[in-house]
Amino acid sequence: MKVIVPVKRVIDYNVKVRVKADQSGVDLANVKMSMNPFDEISVEEAIRLKEKGKATEIIAVSIGPQQCSETIRTALAMGADRGILVKTDGEVEPLAVAKILKAICEAEQPGLVITGKQAIDDDSNQTGQMLAALLGWPQATFAHKLEMGDGKADIEREIDGGLQTVEVKLPAVMTTDLRLNEPRYASLPNIMKAKKKPIDEKTPADYGVDVTPRLKTLKVTEPPKRVAGIKVKTAAELIDKLKEAGAF
Amino acid sequence: MASLVIAEHDNKVLKDATAKTVGAAAQISTPVHVLVAGSGCQAVADVASKLAGVEKILVADDAAYAKMTAEPMAKLILSLADKYDAILAPATTSGKNYLPRVAATLDVPQISEILKVVSADTFERPIYAGNAIATVQAGAFKKVITVRTTAFKPAEGAGSATVEKIAGAGDDGISKFMSEELSKSERPELTSAKIVISGGRGMQSGENFHLLDKIADKLHAAVGASRAAVDAGFVPNDYQVGQTGKVVAPDLYIAVGISGAIQHLAGMKDSKIIAAINKDEEAPIFQVADFGLVADLFKAIPEMDEELTKLGY
Repeated sequence: MKVIVPVKRVIDYNVKVRVKADQSGVDLANVKMSMNPFDEISVEEAIRLKEKGKATEIIAVSIGPQQCSETIRTALAMGADRGILVKTDGEVEPLAVAKILKAICEAEQPGLVITGKQAIDDDSNQTGQMLAALLGWPQATFAHKLEMGDGKADIEREIDGGLQTVEVKLPAVMTTDLRLNEPRYASLPNIMKAKKKPIDEKTPADYGVDVTPRLKTLKVTEPPKRVAGIKVKTAAELIDKLKEAGAF
Repeated sequence: MASLVIAEHDNKVLKDATAKTVGAAAQISTPVHVLVAGSGCQAVADVASKLAGVEKILVADDAAYAKMTAEPMAKLILSLADKYDAILAPATTSGKNYLPRVAATLDVPQISEILKVVSADTFERPIYAGNAIATVQAGAFKKVITVRTTAFKPAEGAGSATVEKIAGAGDDGISKFMSEELSKSERPELTSAKIVISGGRGMQSGENFHLLDKIADKLHAAVGASRAAVDAGFVPNDYQVGQTGKVVAPDLYIAVGISGAIQHLAGMKDSKIIAAINKDEEAPIFQVADFGLVADLFKAIPEMDEELTKLGY
């Protein structure tokens, strides 16, 4: 069974994002970029499936500028087998990403697609679900635990208030949540080996997908700033002030 | 034309998130209809019919919707979609699960977690975990929207919507609900709690989180943690508040022994009131706190506990 893992290049989660003065977006110049943390979890889960003999090949896919090949290399260094870079500049909305992934799935026929539940840049939380819908496949979002069966998978999901287990027929799309696993670090020998693994370069046009955004971003602004309040001297005073402010 | 709001419920109780989503829908397109899809959910429909600003309740009572599984839910919503120019669901784990399926099938983008309706086609939504706010404008297509319910108020007044039963739309049988395990804690969930008390690396151990439990029990608060506390193994991952954990916006957030790393602030800075207790007066958490107490938490927390007891909590 092939497993496809889409990986997105995003601003590293430790970087403080800055909104551009002209409100056109956030500043990406000279900012450290990394693989979306949820996608790292996806790659890790795919590798574990391969280690258990449940998956035969892991294909990492990234859609974006040339530098996304670095994100694919990271996945290859962790243990993915090959990559597909779909080159395009500018923003690609989740629906367009899902359409490209659909075309890739039709060509590659994977048994499972594992996506992060959301990217930490646009926070859309849509791509996996949209891909499942376009393919007519079942989905299991916010995965906490995966158990592969014969032609099906039992997936425990994180839901508000607890956990829920669903059984999906394969092929299916799974989206990963934080607690699914702890991604490994790539070892130096594996980083060297990854340099020799193949990355196919494509464009959205190769898949017949128009990536023109459908939503227009009018502006990007800073959220209302919080100002530091007052310092209190004792725990009792803190309780008093909180009560006064109507906090409880 | 009209808006369709998908009700959030557990077949017995209509969740608060529904009324708030109606509040958002009323600003986009009226009249507002509410879809109650569930199994044995008539009581929920009856309660929903009293929501202000709602004209009609559609009830699809069918075993396929018992757990609001994504695949049959999307099919049902799609079977109704023609009559509406906006379809909204609360941005709960349930709404986030089924609604993008609806959008993709309709070949329209979804607008996730809106914070504000600027006009019928323009919305504010958070990006980068709320560190930036994007104002986006949709084209002349059906609006499929999830709503961050902490940002909206329910419509005011009482309602008297008509209740109409509708047939289910079938189930392709590609997925199946197996079981669920809901936390039995008496405490509210992190993401919907009115008060959250979180501990950081300063807690020093998992056992010390019991100090926070005591306060939480008195204030009916949820207990959270910073990534540092989770990484140190003090508490499980589901406690984590932050960019890669849960994003919370309670009325009161109490940060205890949390320095205030960027990734933590991203998950809690929309709280109405923030109180911080930290022994390091330079800790960045104080820059966002309304009330700061520079103190050893192992002294301050028991004192708070005592003070609350005195006040009858």
